[in-house]
Amino acid sequence: MSTPVLDVRGLAYAYPDGHQALFGVNLHVHQGERVALLGPNGAGKTTFVLHLNGILAPGAGSVEVSGLPVSKENLMEIRRRVGVVFQDPDDQLFMPSVRDDVAFGPANLGVRGAALEARVVEALDRVGMVDFIDRPPHHLSFGQRRRVAVATVLAMQPEVLVLDEPSSNLDPASRRELADILRSLEVTVLMVTHDLPYAYELCPRSVVLSDGVVVADGPTRDVLTDDGLMAAHRLELPFGFDPRTIPAP
Amino acid sequence: MGAGHGHHLHFHGHSPVHRMPAHLKLVSLLSFVVLVVATPREQFWAFGIYALLLAAVIAVSGVPFGYLGRRMVVEVPFVVFAALMPFVATGPRIDVGPFRLSEAGLLAAWGLLAKGTLGVLASLTLGATTEPRDLLLGLERLRLPQQLVQIMGFMMRYLEVVTGELKRMRIARESRGFTATSVRAWPALASTAGALFIRSYERGERIHLAMLSRGYDGRLPMAHDATATPAQWAQAGILPALTLVTMALAVAR
Repeated sequence: MSTPVLDVRGLAYAYPDGHQALFGVNLHVHQGERVALLGPNGAGKTTFVLHLNGILAPGAGSVEVSGLPVSKENLMEIRRRVGVVFQDPDDQLFMPSVRDDVAFGPANLGVRGAALEARVVEALDRVGMVDFIDRPPHHLSFGQRRRVAVATVLAMQPEVLVLDEPSSNLDPASRRELADILRSLEVTVLMVTHDLPYAYELCPRSVVLSDGVVVADGPTRDVLTDDGLMAAHRLELPFGFDPRTIPAP
Repeated sequence: MGAGHGHHLHFHGHSPVHRMPAHLKLVSLLSFVVLVVATPREQFWAFGIYALLLAAVIAVSGVPFGYLGRRMVVEVPFVVFAALMPFVATGPRIDVGPFRLSEAGLLAAWGLLAKGTLGVLASLTLGATTEPRDLLLGLERLRLPQQLVQIMGFMMRYLEVVTGELKRMRIARESRGFTATSVRAWPALASTAGALFIRSYERGERIHLAMLSRGYDGRLPMAHDATATPAQWAQAGILPALTLVTMALAVAR
């Protein structure tokens, strides 16, 4: 098999205050896959994500992105390869205009001038936000800001897109628009979410993280219909949603 | 969400004043203000000429005088202070209507008022004709330290986010029957301020993480390059040059 885009082995981490969040996580994600990372609050999902681009350094174990180990010397290249879209777009969009914000990542990679402008326009085009290029981010709707946040990461041409709760706070139309965008992207996606119907709709494969370990990894439909597993890890299907009665997307 | 574009000081337009690179406008404003302040206040006519010069710039910019006039209220505290001076200053007194006012105080009040008003009006003109983002770029071009430019940029970006949070906290307080009517309400207001501080601090940490995730290494890349042509420098120099001539004449008399 080819080199996985994400190759996490035995990842363990304890916060400086002694609280241990991860106890030996193993995860392989291959190119072109869309994987949902599910788990109750406090399962260590966000801590896990912060290891993927080297914000946190593992206490034990290793993380490799397309064969490149996540370490101090490789940080810049790792952050290009792993694009993290955070939950609150107001945290991600901090420049005075959409253009500057989308340009921030590629400019840090040394892209300048016409090439930079082309990257910005291309990334915004992929999320349907080119018309808003000169607007300040705080004048956009929440759904638009989330899409721009995705563009800020796409402009770095990542190999894997990591989304933290992509559907949170979105109205149903924005939620569907974002799903269409994510499906249209030819990029590996790891999606951290509580939104099980969204995971079912977008991700053929799901991984369940609970108490700092991976407790399930398989086709999303099988994971969501395993009642014992779901109950054991505080995962519940929303009212009226039953994957057994819905054909696979 | 805010309507329109830019912020509430900015008046959208395409005049030569709007188009001029921000750093030239900043240099022009600074020299104008310094020259005005350096002019002896006894030379009343000089201030008349300054006002005319500034009025000409505003006319070229196409920003309505009424628009700037309403924003002049920011000067009110200085006006009040100036108005008090003739009453409290010492020295020989003269009769003005029903009052006996200090002559030195009157002159000082006039100086403060004239110089202050010209400075405020000139700054408002800059604000009305320049997008905040361009102002930052202008300051950066004028070699203001990066850290200061970044701090101002973040302030601009997050002002609305933080005031929005404050507003939501106020509404949530009031929805639980709270009204700030007496000193007894102060502990609740203080807790709000504390909570807002913690939230903003934590947001700052999250923003920093998001920046690191996109390769931030302490410098904000300068994406735009706003260079000025000699013709633009000449254009920007008109106001300071005429001001300088006026001031030289005023000093020489």
